[in-house]
Amino acid sequence: MDSIWEYRNLLLAGTAVTVQLALASLALSVVLGLVGAAAKLAANPVSQKIAGAYTTLVRGVPDLVLMMLLFYGGQQIANDLGSLTGLWDYVEINQFIAGVWSIGFVFGAYMTETFRGAILAIPRGQIEAGIACGMRPFLIFRRITWPQMIRHALPSFTNNWLVLIKATALVSVIGLHDLVWNASTAGRSVREPFTFMFAVLVIYLILTACSDVGLRWLERRYNVGVDRA
Amino acid sequence: MTNPTESVLALKVHDLHKRFGEVEVLKGVHLDAHVGDVISMLGASGSGKSTFLRCINLLETPDSGSITVQGETIEMTVDRSGSPVPTDMDQVIRLRARLGMVFQSFNLWQHMTVLENVTEALVHVLKMSKTEAHERGCETLDKVGMLDRKDYYPAHISGGQQQRAAIARALAMEPDVMLFDEPTSALDPELVGEVLKVMRTLADEGRTMIVVTHEIGFARDVSNKVIFLHEGAIETQGPPAEMFDNPASPRFRQFLANALH
Repeated sequence: MDSIWEYRNLLLAGTAVTVQLALASLALSVVLGLVGAAAKLAANPVSQKIAGAYTTLVRGVPDLVLMMLLFYGGQQIANDLGSLTGLWDYVEINQFIAGVWSIGFVFGAYMTETFRGAILAIPRGQIEAGIACGMRPFLIFRRITWPQMIRHALPSFTNNWLVLIKATALVSVIGLHDLVWNASTAGRSVREPFTFMFAVLVIYLILTACSDVGLRWLERRYNVGVDRA
Repeated sequence: MTNPTESVLALKVHDLHKRFGEVEVLKGVHLDAHVGDVISMLGASGSGKSTFLRCINLLETPDSGSITVQGETIEMTVDRSGSPVPTDMDQVIRLRARLGMVFQSFNLWQHMTVLENVTEALVHVLKMSKTEAHERGCETLDKVGMLDRKDYYPAHISGGQQQRAAIARALAMEPDVMLFDEPTSALDPELVGEVLKVMRTLADEGRTMIVVTHEIGFARDVSNKVIFLHEGAIETQGPPAEMFDNPASPRFRQFLANALH
């Protein structure tokens, strides 16, 4: 335990990176999820196909593979483009950015399905009532669809978020100094890998427990007017 | 065109056609509603009466024909694929706010209280201040006997109360015409009366109403004009006394016989 205390700053710094990474990836995945759901529900067959290809691809490929593909492949493409056009010299993709893009991209596909289902769960009449009152599409989305969609989306959203937090551990393989990377480095240097991985376990549990509190609050807020079964 | 000797019609529908795929559900329906008219539309299910009502505020886009609200005609054009679309969506949105719609299944917004349902469009569409909207909302709810339920959520009140709240939501906008789409069809029989009573009050106030209904009693006692639709066309129409006491059309006679058992 002494060694943990000794390395507390390293662990805290790693935790901060993990939390930032998770929140930034969540933000990206929500944006991609909303766009994806809109594309799937749109009447336009092209947008449906693109969104369908996106969710099929992501759901069929391991997160880790996509992440390495984006990180190494992205870097290669950027450098090839640079030498081809002569516009820029060697670039190195920032690991944090690469992590956010890959996790956000993967979970955007899951959020797409979450939001699509949530929007479909809202009775058509709720929207028609807005239309009949002379509301514009964005007003209907903001005041009627969104608040009711959140309620339907929350259970699946909660699940996605918990899996997302855990998926951030994968970024240690591309060298981002997150909680897992810092802890395993420290653990190796003091030859106590188990102690440090146990600390990681506890910290992840604390993170997920805290999110549970926040998500319950959201659930209460968006469940107004509806009886809980 | 406005004839100075004749008052402007609150609503004029001219030669409305609508098809869903192969089925032509409206085959050229006309309707003239003067200010203060209460027009009941009767017809068997599938006769097109609900579709007709939904075409008036463009919840369904008619294939052809024209709709004129207080002298202003909704301009239509065709898009690239040849489907009819409104020329100016802003005009449609503006006119919709002047056509109050009451739905069969109430369609109150579940996440808002009764009062919030009524004030929502007042604030966000008519741009009233919150206090003004609150005042108007309470007044209107009082009128339909729902003021004491203003802070309830729709899931916690009866169907009759929900429908009265939905009427208040439409009424608060002070629309030129109110459209009722089978307002009592989703209600338990014992709840129908309270809704019809509110509608009767509105009719007595001289509001212009188009009511798609199965309530023969309401059509006979409250409306001043009855239209009977059969397979997408007007089969017969006239003042209720004439229509009910001496039905000229055998189809309408048959319909009445079925409706009254």
